[in-house]
Amino acid sequence: MNAATQMSLEAELAESQVADVLDELDAELVGLAPVKSRIRDICAFLLVDKLRSQLNLNSGAPSLHMSFTGNPGTGKTTVALRMAEILHRLGYVRKGHLVAVTRDDLVGQYIGHTAPKTREILKRAMGGVLFIDEAYYLYRPENERDYGQEAIEMLLQQMEDHRDDLVVIFAGYKDRMEQFFRSNPGLSSRIAHHIDFPNYTSAELLAIGHLMLKQMQYTLSREAEAVLREYIELRQTQPNFSNARSIRNALDRARLRQATRLLAQRDKPLSARELMTIEAQDIRASRVFAQAARGSDS
Amino acid sequence: MRLTQGAFSFLPDLTDAQIAAQIEYCLQQGWATSVEYTDDPHPRNTYWEMFGMPMFDMKDAAGVLQEVNACRHTFPSHYVRVNAFDATRGVESVRLSFIVNRPPEEPGFGLIREEGAGRNIRYTLGRRA
Repeated sequence: MNAATQMSLEAELAESQVADVLDELDAELVGLAPVKSRIRDICAFLLVDKLRSQLNLNSGAPSLHMSFTGNPGTGKTTVALRMAEILHRLGYVRKGHLVAVTRDDLVGQYIGHTAPKTREILKRAMGGVLFIDEAYYLYRPENERDYGQEAIEMLLQQMEDHRDDLVVIFAGYKDRMEQFFRSNPGLSSRIAHHIDFPNYTSAELLAIGHLMLKQMQYTLSREAEAVLREYIELRQTQPNFSNARSIRNALDRARLRQATRLLAQRDKPLSARELMTIEAQDIRASRVFAQAARGSDS
Repeated sequence: MRLTQGAFSFLPDLTDAQIAAQIEYCLQQGWATSVEYTDDPHPRNTYWEMFGMPMFDMKDAAGVLQEVNACRHTFPSHYVRVNAFDATRGVESVRLSFIVNRPPEEPGFGLIREEGAGRNIRYTLGRRA
């Protein structure tokens, strides 16, 4: 009996191919240790739950609605996409697609417009994951006639009634989400998993930059790498820093400058290596350095 | 008299699981589904009343089934059918249509006899009261 259970856990794990997704998660997402460990917990729980139901032990469908809180660019949407895939492999959602919406998609413009709109979205998300970005905009306390409340009530009802058809993920900045949940206690208690996304450290951001460049088939020259490290340190202290998204934007601009630089020396023949390499000057030209210099002057 | 229109109408009524499986097939083919109802199932009455909008971009049958159940709840003694529309170029028409709800008692149709000009007798189908 004991051996049999052990065997089937292993078989279940192999069958669901969850291990692959988890490995991918580890490889492609830098940092985010608390998020990853929570996802592992959920995976383990769902696997055990599946086995329990095979042995006819009581296994009420667990509630898997989640809230992702964290600063911009910390990977909430990316993790939500992965989550949909993981839940699909575990057989918890049937289709595993992600429907990403914001307030505009749920809340209508006049009386009686909200309910059909929300229902439409909910119908589309059935069998998958509904990802509500910046969920706190749904609730506007300053306007008591705001239709957002209606959308929240419909969400609540459907989250209960269709627990095995639908997983809802609320995402947004931490402080505003907390306020949102405080003013909607019914919502907070129906969400089983509150996952907080920490900010990335500079080393993690550098690793993310490398990963992005690898995906885009670019490389950094050795000097450029040092400059990128410097850039990240400076950028973190400046306003509107949004973690991985800022890095992506910086790299996109570096690619633009690299293209301009290559075009300027068009009479020279180019090798594949030159086409792939981003040099120190491409990053050095960023206004981040100029602003930092000005900041230290004044 | 049992109404025999659309697919599966000579079979016993489909269960919800069977309906879901049919809808699932439609969605896999990329067809858009819609729910319609009527209290006048005359064979020449092609266009039934729409229950809500046609549903595009659906991934799972649960959403469509929810709409079917809402329609059954609102019109328990009407005929309700599910249509699947294929928008592929060159097809652009309903591919599958089947009845998912019938009134408890189906009156069927009566043959109405009418005398026309020149002592002609014409027959037509009419609703039986």
